[in-house]
Amino acid sequence: MSFDIRLRINERIAVIELTGELDAAAAGRFHDTVDEAATAGAIELVIHAAHLSYLSSAGLRSLVFARQKMGDEVRIAVVGAPEPVARTIRLAGFDHSISLVDA
Amino acid sequence: MTVEELRERVDGFPTRRIHGYRVRAGRPFPYGAHRVPGGITFSVYSDRATAMSLVLFERGAKEPTAELPFPPEFRVGSVYAMTVFGLDAENLEYGFRADGPFDPAAGDRFDASKVLSDPYARLVSGRDVWGAEPDWDDVYPYRARIPDDDFDWGDDTSPSIPTEDLVIYETHVRGFTRHPSSGVSAPGTYAGLREKIPYLRELGVNCVELLPVFEFDELDNPRTDPRTGERLHNYWGYNTVSFFAPKAGYAATGRFGMQADEFKSLVRELHRAGIEIVLDVVFNHTAEGNEQGPTISFRGLDNATYYMLTPRGEYYNFSGTGNTVNCNHPVVRDFVLSCLRYWVSEYHIDGFRFDLAAILDRAPDGTPLPNPPLLEQLAYDPVLRHTKLIAEAWDAAGLYQVGHFPNYGRWSEWNGQFRDTVRRFVKGDAGLVGELATRMAGSPDLYQGRTSSASVNFVTAHDGFTLNDLVSYNGKHNEANGENNNDGADDNHSWNCGEEGPSASAHVRELRTRQMKNMLTILLTSQGVPMLLAGDEAGRTQLGNNNTYCQDNELSWFDWGLVDGPTAERELLDFTRALIAFRHAHPVLRSADHPIGADRVGSGYPDISWHGVRAWSPDWSDHSRTLALMRCGRHAKDGTVRDDHVYIAVNAHWEGHDLELPHLPPGDAWHLFADTTMTAARPLGAETPLEHPGRYHLGPHSAVVLVGRAADPR
Repeated sequence: MSFDIRLRINERIAVIELTGELDAAAAGRFHDTVDEAATAGAIELVIHAAHLSYLSSAGLRSLVFARQKMGDEVRIAVVGAPEPVARTIRLAGFDHSISLVDA
Repeated sequence: MTVEELRERVDGFPTRRIHGYRVRAGRPFPYGAHRVPGGITFSVYSDRATAMSLVLFERGAKEPTAELPFPPEFRVGSVYAMTVFGLDAENLEYGFRADGPFDPAAGDRFDASKVLSDPYARLVSGRDVWGAEPDWDDVYPYRARIPDDDFDWGDDTSPSIPTEDLVIYETHVRGFTRHPSSGVSAPGTYAGLREKIPYLRELGVNCVELLPVFEFDELDNPRTDPRTGERLHNYWGYNTVSFFAPKAGYAATGRFGMQADEFKSLVRELHRAGIEIVLDVVFNHTAEGNEQGPTISFRGLDNATYYMLTPRGEYYNFSGTGNTVNCNHPVVRDFVLSCLRYWVSEYHIDGFRFDLAAILDRAPDGTPLPNPPLLEQLAYDPVLRHTKLIAEAWDAAGLYQVGHFPNYGRWSEWNGQFRDTVRRFVKGDAGLVGELATRMAGSPDLYQGRTSSASVNFVTAHDGFTLNDLVSYNGKHNEANGENNNDGADDNHSWNCGEEGPSASAHVRELRTRQMKNMLTILLTSQGVPMLLAGDEAGRTQLGNNNTYCQDNELSWFDWGLVDGPTAERELLDFTRALIAFRHAHPVLRSADHPIGADRVGSGYPDISWHGVRAWSPDWSDHSRTLALMRCGRHAKDGTVRDDHVYIAVNAHWEGHDLELPHLPPGDAWHLFADTTMTAARPLGAETPLEHPGRYHLGPHSAVVLVGRAADPR
């Protein structure tokens, strides 16, 4: 399944919709999108992950990248992550960097 | 320079192709595999190889994707370095193939049929899930991988606790939460341990010491339990495969290759809780064993560099495991130093405990060195400057250095004499009052000229009886280990209190609890650094097995039912917590300098004084089994802070004694903190005044702790 990413920014809240497989090859596009949101001065980043079918460890690391790119004052929420993905995020301790939110 | 500019650098372009891969000569340092713009640089040392190639696998593939020989011009000195462009690091596993002479007498054991693991690999796959059956025919069982070094540490820093203020808790990552009773979401993992941090805080320990977490193979034990036929494991992990890689099988996320992140999260959360982390590291030998052992890495890259060899090229065996790492060879020194620096800088580790550390001061021919360069280098290294260094100051070939390990004012030691003295005294051996006094004062006989933090005091450790077994078994019961009970130590200095093993007798059980409390009292009120074995605070048993290195089962795992289940040992647990809190509250027990038995601050009292049935009259005779001591609070932290007087009396005699207590300064009175014949200790600050201000009855086989402070309630 291919990867699709969409960004919209409303009143400095950036919303990223992820669909498909976020693997190492797709991570670059994700990074570029996070860059775009940061440059636009977003104060909150909401990542909708409910339609992700696969998240590789490179994809997971993209969340760390987002945190480091956006800075500590920006809240980052991952919404609707499938349970296996959410569990991996928690076990690896990445939930320290981002908030996991049920859909 | 921005990342974009970096991408444009000249060395970001390949100079040639090998088997279709775009490559260029790499930089020799750092060793290992590292990301560079557009590619990955691989660097490996071998002095005597005649040819070297880089072997690339897709993750999990049986056969290599490619094998790229290092061209002669990619070699600098004895270092082979190459940058390969366009690799997908996430799905890459790599190794090396070294060709060269097979001439054991000359020290060479090259074997070009093997794919060798990178000694500097920072991530290793192959044993990703603990105990999972591997492909035993894998041409490359322990596969080097490339991690991301982008962990979000936030503002994490070391708690930087002075060594003499530590209370160390020795535990095993898997054993701590693997038991079904642990209630954590990922039992037996770094994440599981992280979930138990609140328990550690409540217990009061401020340093966790982990049994080996460098990648090892839990399946390298060929034995089975003769009674059940079940596989025995290498459970403790003292057989390192890869020194820079955290054990994947200890991570719930190991199957995703995220063990480094999970482990770092554990470290970060321990630090947030004010708890330091010390790693038990095994540099004395490797998992390659002797001539019969597997060729994993070092043997095939440069056998004569990495191992101590006899003049005939055989392996010296000072470790008792088949080989001995050639620690004072300059190349190996560099390896050890790089490794420790890496764990401190990349994983924020606060200290190391060195297994069989006496080996680290042996020369390449095995001779003990008076000024071993490795130990000196570690002591003065800038990155390790504030890292705790703890030696197990002996080895398996008779080199025993407790008290005279080359320390450079930096090293602490596991004090085996403290362990033996306390065990023997408490069980009732005669003639030990003088020696116990010395041990409780921080062992100044062993550590003259050093601070009391030189002595890591312990009564039990992973190797040997648990505290409960120490008072429940006269002899070891290691039948489950498959060696006819011949393995494990015989000199345990244990006493079963009248019955071997579990007892239905209320008297025996009460005496055992009291004896455990007696040993904990001595341990936690002695000068030096106390270390507890995990589970001892709740009476954990191994059913008399004193060598559970191979037991990955309930014999080794912490049964959390002892903490909060129907079989809970609340009395012991609460007592241990109270004692730890008492130690933290009383700096007089934690001074850096050894006491000298004289008044150093003009308080009218010596820093430490000795007593017996009569105040100021200790009975040092051979038949005596009673000792009391008083610490003068004005001497706390070498006179820099004010504390109460603390009086500790221990009685290993089977009869009680009426003690005359030393007088306190006017206005102060003795208060009872703990008496091991009573169920519970008093809460801190609410110690109860004595019925008779100058006397106390010390029961048989018991200990008491009194606090001398203002008579009016504060």
